[in-house]
Amino acid sequence: MKDIIGAIFTTHFLFTVLRLTTPLIFAALSALIARAAGIRNITIEGTMLMTALTGVLVSAYTRSLPFAVACALLAGVLMGFLLAYFHLKLDTDILLSGIAINMVANGGTVFLLYVFAGDKGSSERLTSQVLPTVELPLIRDIPVLGEVLSGHNVLTYVAFGSVFLVWFLMFKTPVGLRIRAVGEYPEAIESVGKNATAIKLFALALSGFFAALGGIFLSMGYMNFFVKNMAAGRGFIGVAADYMGGGNPFGALAASLLFGIADACANTMQTMSIPAELVLCIPYAVTILGLVFYAAETKRLRCRQKKKALQSLRAGGEAGEP
Amino acid sequence: MNDTVLLSMEHITKIYGNGIVANEDVDLSVRKGEIHALMGENGAGKSTLMKILFGIERPDGGEIWLDGKKVEIASPTVALGLGIGMVHQHFMLVPSLTVAENLILGSEPVKGVVMDHAKAIRSTREIAERYNLPVDPRAKVKDLPVGMKQRVEILKALYRGAGLLILDEPTAVLAPQETEQLFRQLKSLRDQGHTIIFISHKLREIKEICDRITIMRSGRSVGVYDVAGVTLKEISRLMVGRDFVDKIEKRPPSRGGAVLEAKHLSYGFGQPRLSLRDVSFAVRSGEILGIAGVEGNGQRELVELVSGLRPIEEGEILFRGKSIRKESILRLRERQMAHIPQDRLLYGGAAKSTIRDNLIADRVQKREYGPLLRMGRLDRLCGELIREFGVKCEDSRNTLGMLSGGNMQKVVAARELSGDVAFLIADQPSRGIDVGAAKAIHQKILALRDRGTAVLLVSADLNEVMELSDSLMVMYDGEVVAWFPDASKVEEQELGSYMLGLKKQSEEEIRGACHVQPATEPAV
Repeated sequence: MKDIIGAIFTTHFLFTVLRLTTPLIFAALSALIARAAGIRNITIEGTMLMTALTGVLVSAYTRSLPFAVACALLAGVLMGFLLAYFHLKLDTDILLSGIAINMVANGGTVFLLYVFAGDKGSSERLTSQVLPTVELPLIRDIPVLGEVLSGHNVLTYVAFGSVFLVWFLMFKTPVGLRIRAVGEYPEAIESVGKNATAIKLFALALSGFFAALGGIFLSMGYMNFFVKNMAAGRGFIGVAADYMGGGNPFGALAASLLFGIADACANTMQTMSIPAELVLCIPYAVTILGLVFYAAETKRLRCRQKKKALQSLRAGGEAGEP
Repeated sequence: MNDTVLLSMEHITKIYGNGIVANEDVDLSVRKGEIHALMGENGAGKSTLMKILFGIERPDGGEIWLDGKKVEIASPTVALGLGIGMVHQHFMLVPSLTVAENLILGSEPVKGVVMDHAKAIRSTREIAERYNLPVDPRAKVKDLPVGMKQRVEILKALYRGAGLLILDEPTAVLAPQETEQLFRQLKSLRDQGHTIIFISHKLREIKEICDRITIMRSGRSVGVYDVAGVTLKEISRLMVGRDFVDKIEKRPPSRGGAVLEAKHLSYGFGQPRLSLRDVSFAVRSGEILGIAGVEGNGQRELVELVSGLRPIEEGEILFRGKSIRKESILRLRERQMAHIPQDRLLYGGAAKSTIRDNLIADRVQKREYGPLLRMGRLDRLCGELIREFGVKCEDSRNTLGMLSGGNMQKVVAARELSGDVAFLIADQPSRGIDVGAAKAIHQKILALRDRGTAVLLVSADLNEVMELSDSLMVMYDGEVVAWFPDASKVEEQELGSYMLGLKKQSEEEIRGACHVQPATEPAV
């Protein structure tokens, strides 16, 4: 036990938490935007894989980092459009479309990897580029804090900035208002003469954009090459983080941090004798318990309201007044 | 008010994809600054006409003139641009957003890229003050009572510069006090120069606030009248009158004991209005008790309570002397309750299943067909039913959805009306089907009644409910307002007055429907 605590309370551990949380934040924001527009986007996982590979391949062949990042972001937006085409245009079931896209992404990345890198497991043979790390001036000189906060990949800072950005977009701009309106009650948007589908399309493109940032981080920051199935469920964890955050970007950030801590714990404890699977399942168990508690509470409240209405009627009050 | 015509819809025709003619050569002319009522029963074509005006539906024929100019209204955006606003029956508001946010949605004020919240709240206040419709701009819509939501919806239309407001049955969801308030607001809007089209089938309301009235019946406009110059009686005749009387031959009923008793049923607690209020009646074996009434006056809730589809909230229903509170629908059916539901594709049948599967759905579990399905016997049974009820189909293995409405209803009827039936609920049994199929179903219901089945018939079709029923009950606003022991002695005019809430029988008379001493003829 002492070993565990000793391993956790190190600056290195906290640094790892932030690093591991980064892709989760992007995935959670991606899920958040889509869900606000009323779409359950589970293709984030697949999008992260596709964009991670795109970034690596383009950078390896063109030697241009900005171009590679741009291509990967474009790939993410296109993945959003692909889901939109199936779901909004062809009216297919959102879960089935999501599963199909994920499977295509999973197999497709391996196929492309084999074609362009000649390997079915990873892209190590190619020399791809990596996004730079940033040393924060001033902050890096603060003891402890500097070690935790400074020296991260540039995308880690982008991730935390994005939380604020998405919050601003969703709650302070007209576009955000429309996305939230369309997700909750599309008829309201239609009734004022605006196109609900166009707004959903935009939300899905934006969702793909943020998933792409997550994918880019995985293969061009967290690691410097692409590995088969390297998203490893982070896209789905992002969906869960958004749910736990209740649709609020800062809530999603908190949930992502929780998952990030669990991830870091698992990483650290793998070196000890505790099975990582056991540690990893704790956040999920917490999610399920939270949902059960929430559902039970809402139901109890509704029952009580109904009882009250019945009582007031029996007491002789005029029927129907709430 | 002046006589300038603001809106004129001429020869509007609309035929839906499924062949239903919703509007046929309809004319509507609305003057500037009047409250114009559009009246008619459900299915008369009011909503379709208004959807055309608001650009939700495209007409198949006819012209729309606004302010002397011919207009093509291709979408709600166009309608809004022309100054036409619609307050839908189901509010088009986003519940978790604030009043101000709902108001500005789609045309948000901005400061740079940021939404100008302060301005949104300011303009909400301004417009609310100008039209004397006070609201709290910061309140979330989901926390508002229904009347307030409606006010927001009206403001939303006014905010977009609507000079012509369409209100689709605005009072249907309101409590009496809220209705009064709405009327005051509408009058004040009219006095400020707005024109209002008010859809309703409640006569009193129209008398109270409308200037002129256009009456629609079965997809046609019957005429335009000055409200001041027409009596309630006349309106009711124009609205619900039968075009022709289709007599149904039948023997006098031989009534037995009560099979189904409803006692002091109330339903809809927690809603702004109760949908049923202290409803009591009894259906005796060998009689058809008809429930007349304009739709939406509690019939649906009543039928779903009696058939066990909804849990009872207050009161009691006894089926063959036993409460149905704890009975499953399967158990009720085993005790010989049958139900022809109003919506044949929601509760009546499964469109994607075969005709055979629909026919046998309620008896496959019986021992005579099991334990492994005896398809031979089932096929034979299907064949008999199809022949007996005259279902026109090529093969009983075709899906139900391929049949016409009339034949679909015959399939539902064949399942429900065959075998032993102690109590039958027939909810709009001939809605939307051809005359021949309707007649066949009427004959089957009568045959059952002659064998001693108790029948509860709910119908908005005046001809059906008057001709088929032995006794008659009228529902209005969730209450039983009239009971007639002998349906053949009821005057159409009189029935209309009860249906539209102009008249109500005394408690005494209505209580007759309960037959305090069952098994004996009521003293009338």
